[in-house]
Amino acid sequence: MNEEPANPCACKTESKKTSRRDFLLATGFGLNTLAGAMIGIPLLGYVLSSFFKPNPLTKISLGPVENFPEGKTRFASYRNPMPRQWDGQTADIPCWVRRIQGNDFQVFAINCTHLGCPVRWFEESKLFMCPCHGGAFYEDGGHAAGPPPRGLYTYEVKVEQGELFIMGGVLPNLSNQNV
Amino acid sequence: MNKVIQAARGIFLWVDDRLHLTKLYESTAGHHVPQSSGSWFYVFGSATLLCFMVQVATGIMLAMVYVPSAAEAYASLEYLTFHQYLGWFLRAVHYWGSNFMVGIMLLHMTQVFLFGAYKYPREITWITGVFLMVLTLGLAFTGQVMRFDEDAYWGLGIGVAILGRVPFLGEQLVNLMLGGPIIASDTLSRFFALHVFVLPGGVLAIVSLHLRMVLTKGINEYPRPGQLVQRETYDKEYAAILKKEGVPFFPKAISKDLVAASIVLFGILACASFFGPKGPLGPPNPVQIDTLPRPDFFFLWIFAVAALMPDWMESVALLGGPVIIGLFLLALPFFNGTGEKSWRRRPIAVLTVLLTYVALGLLTYLGHTSPWSPEMEAWKSDPTPKEFLAGRSPLELQGSLVIQSMQCRNCHAIDGIGGQRGPDLAAVGARLTKDQLIRQVIQGGGNMPAYGKNLSPDQVEAVVTYMVSLRPPGVTPARDSTLPGRPPLE
Repeated sequence: MNEEPANPCACKTESKKTSRRDFLLATGFGLNTLAGAMIGIPLLGYVLSSFFKPNPLTKISLGPVENFPEGKTRFASYRNPMPRQWDGQTADIPCWVRRIQGNDFQVFAINCTHLGCPVRWFEESKLFMCPCHGGAFYEDGGHAAGPPPRGLYTYEVKVEQGELFIMGGVLPNLSNQNV
Repeated sequence: MNKVIQAARGIFLWVDDRLHLTKLYESTAGHHVPQSSGSWFYVFGSATLLCFMVQVATGIMLAMVYVPSAAEAYASLEYLTFHQYLGWFLRAVHYWGSNFMVGIMLLHMTQVFLFGAYKYPREITWITGVFLMVLTLGLAFTGQVMRFDEDAYWGLGIGVAILGRVPFLGEQLVNLMLGGPIIASDTLSRFFALHVFVLPGGVLAIVSLHLRMVLTKGINEYPRPGQLVQRETYDKEYAAILKKEGVPFFPKAISKDLVAASIVLFGILACASFFGPKGPLGPPNPVQIDTLPRPDFFFLWIFAVAALMPDWMESVALLGGPVIIGLFLLALPFFNGTGEKSWRRRPIAVLTVLLTYVALGLLTYLGHTSPWSPEMEAWKSDPTPKEFLAGRSPLELQGSLVIQSMQCRNCHAIDGIGGQRGPDLAAVGARLTKDQLIRQVIQGGGNMPAYGKNLSPDQVEAVVTYMVSLRPPGVTPARDSTLPGRPPLE
């Protein structure tokens, strides 16, 4: 204990050395944090880009209105408006088109509002039935039976110059359709 | 000869000195474990890890041929199954390996729970195990998507429908999961990256920690009833056990693990050889909607829960359920970290396990049979048994035709033939009066659609008359109980 102040020079050199090391350590940490952030933030941006992208609804043609007889519900499909070359068949999106009369249309998403399975139309009983959990819907898309929380999802419909258009390209689910 | 031995010894000592093999052995495979842990009940952990290794090996092989592209994945699966030499075998081992991995992991978890191994001081061993369970189930789900067929496509749709229920962030989460607003090529690439890089990497990292904990905090001694765990004394007791009856894991305690490992390998081999790979089913063509989407075995119970729950609690249960179960499992070693370990004196633990297994078993069975699903083809293909047609009037026969053509049979069986969603109609005339039947057909209710708009009055009359005639021989039609003494209708 008594000898400590006797050799202050050694202490000083020691602390000087440490401070240089400390400086290098801090610099090392700092530079790596900076570089890591410069690599990491774009990486997160890349992965999360789909997280922040708004859903692009696109006007898509389903063909001339004559294809859809009045009072009937018909199967139709459209190509994903934002396709990749390697989408294959997954870019064909099915839907149900109901022409009530004239230019009065309802276009339903294929996906059951319960868990998204494809509903099938039965012309005779005028019902949509789901093969997964037995959801059933009326001709106008209203909920008829089973666990779905609401009626079928509908696309926004436009008829222009005898051609039927829908606003599509987004897989309908409870988060992007009004409940 | 002596010189040769001397030289060999010298080489070994040199290698050991450089690589520290003896030290490595002493701190890993040769670490001391309680002799009592060399038990048949303690083999499931190593067996799960073995399954994982099988999955890694076969997975790498499959990735050499499989093409993770939405346009080509299906064709490459068919190529793997039918053309690639032994491709079917690798697909089968990978598929059955996943089933074994999930199943044995469940057994491992059950054993750890029943033997109180999650208690002090092995909390982190348990918590890492919970994360491994989540990763394993994640691998199972993403693996199901790798088999890119119709079930994979609509299974993704089910994932979207569940994720889309998340409040506020649902839309963003769906986009993140799919890599865009719709199931497409980006979705498959994303799931491929998860299945092949992210999740297995996570498993490797957490398994390392899991095993590190087994080495540092020791394997649980075989619990004896009445021997309570106390934070203050347990470490000393465990050290005493090791001192008294500790044996090196290798070669003294590993024998049963080895036998179990061979049983697992032979099991996977047998299932793969006898049953082959699963699918692929029909191609992932969304326009082909004649499909009955079903998840793989390990998720059938969730499929069943989704069918049976009342709709008002569905979003809460689908989103909150996993969180609550996860939090419960993570918190378990903290609110139940000491005391009795033996299952013989933990009736609530035993009941919890029994209840869980009965529930999972029943739900899986129900998910497999799915009686709530309409039989989509029943109205076209199922016959009406002749005793339900013989001797009927023309009006009644007309009714039976209406029942057939209006798809009633999709949900209603007649004498067991047809859909199971609604009640069997074989004896409906003995259960419901004519008025009740008319009301039910026109207004629906009780999970039946209303047919009022789709049936003409004549058709309703025919259907109801026919249904009144559907009774076991000698049984009179149902009567209105508010009209006492009213004679039978016929």
